[in-house]
Amino acid sequence: MTVARSHRGAGIACLAAIALAMVASVHYLAVDFGGLFDAEARGRMARFVAEFFPPDVSPAFLRQVGLAALQTLAVSLLGTAIPVVLGGLLALPAAGRLGLAPQWLARLALNALRSVPELVWAALMVLAAGLGPFAGTLALALHTTGVLGRLFAESLENASPAPEAALRDLGAGRVARFAYGTLPLIAPQCLGYTLYRWEMNIRMATILGFVGGGGLGQMLYFHLSLFQQGQAATVLIAMTLLVLGDDALSGWARRSLGGQPH
Amino acid sequence: MTAIAAVRPSLRDPASQRRLAWAITALVLLWPLGRLADFHPATLLAPSNVKVLGSFLAGYVPPSTAPDFLRELLAATLTTLAIATAGIALAFLIAVPLAIVATRSLSVAAIGPADGRWRGRVLRQAVRTVTVLLRSVPEIVWALLFVRASGLGPAAGVLALAITYGGMLAKVYAEILESADTRPARALLQAGSGRLAALCFGLLPLAADELVSYTVYRWECAVRAAVVMGFVGAGGLGQLMDQAIKGFVPSEASSISLVFFALVLLADGISLVLRKVLA
Repeated sequence: MTVARSHRGAGIACLAAIALAMVASVHYLAVDFGGLFDAEARGRMARFVAEFFPPDVSPAFLRQVGLAALQTLAVSLLGTAIPVVLGGLLALPAAGRLGLAPQWLARLALNALRSVPELVWAALMVLAAGLGPFAGTLALALHTTGVLGRLFAESLENASPAPEAALRDLGAGRVARFAYGTLPLIAPQCLGYTLYRWEMNIRMATILGFVGGGGLGQMLYFHLSLFQQGQAATVLIAMTLLVLGDDALSGWARRSLGGQPH
Repeated sequence: MTAIAAVRPSLRDPASQRRLAWAITALVLLWPLGRLADFHPATLLAPSNVKVLGSFLAGYVPPSTAPDFLRELLAATLTTLAIATAGIALAFLIAVPLAIVATRSLSVAAIGPADGRWRGRVLRQAVRTVTVLLRSVPEIVWALLFVRASGLGPAAGVLALAITYGGMLAKVYAEILESADTRPARALLQAGSGRLAALCFGLLPLAADELVSYTVYRWECAVRAAVVMGFVGAGGLGQLMDQAIKGFVPSEASSISLVFFALVLLADGISLVLRKVLA
């Protein structure tokens, strides 16, 4: 009874602290919410929104947008395909297959890659590779290598050792043991992780352009900087369509994959 | 027969041809993608690029500890935390009414004949569409638009988070409310209680844990999003990082990275503790 009561006290204290933190945050930012929605700000906002209409739908511009959308897709695909290879290579030592020292080194590398957000990687990669989709691809690939490598390593650690032991007893070599004992066990799970990551990377690839990573994002940033709102509107529509299509496709893939017996 | 017997069985890979075919197909498909994405690894090794990145990374050690900069860094950190917290608070205010309207568990029409059957269905569908639209534009795009619209700084970040996360929270709240046991709420509705009473006494007691823990998890995500939004001018750590990279001041970028990692760990920890205490 007393335990339950003290627990409830802690809960109430937590809620009070959260409420306090929220009030303090609004106060600290000194956001003038009244000023945000007064007549003048509303008028300015309405003018800004009105400038987006009509969107530029001239064939030449639509072709440019289409090309940028394809570029975004290419960045997301390469930014997922490269990490499958690199993450897979790092996952082997990270799962402790090559001894303790390589395990720690690989884990350190994966954690470092993963903990830097894509956008920060992109800003750094622009220094290394110049503005453009290549920088975006590298940024996505670096972050995703960290994520996929860790997930692959976890799958490896959780896989049953029995098939490999059986192959070892039959005299199979290390590579054959891994390729025919463990790989088939973890392949479906790894594929699932990869598809999930690709879905996230499509979203990410559309916005990496804000710091110079190519594709639709770079186009949006460019046209907004030149105050060409009509063109920006078309790019925004393309971005939204891409994200919605991505959502629908992944939802469908998840349902059809989930329906299969494992 | 003799030809097969001549191959030593231990060296024959039954799936090798199929695997080789898949690998070649994948490479053939990746080639045009590489062209489209300007994939030129050689540029990484160009001496000028190596020098630029090399000197930038070399400047990471030691991190900057100039008192003026540290003061700026502290303010930016607080701004980032405040953006995340205020953004989630606003998102919560947006999400709650949307979720209540969108959830099927509170439909009076579902328990028997009612006048507003079609009206209710249309309203729920409309609200669902609104939540999809709210979250289909990433928060950083909203932030960029708000910054360009009126140069709001941190307020742009708060509004952007509120819009996207409002949509996300509304969707997930509705899903949680629908996946909980709906019998108590239905019994209340059948006994003639109002929708809000059915929500408070029928659904919330069962779903509160999950709702709280998801909201806290979203706050954790919001901290990361608040950092990233700074890159388009929404203030906080991201903006400082952007300035440090563009102005080529690696020692400051280094300090900012350290603070960022500490902040993410801290948000992780706080979120863990909150979820444990509130569960």
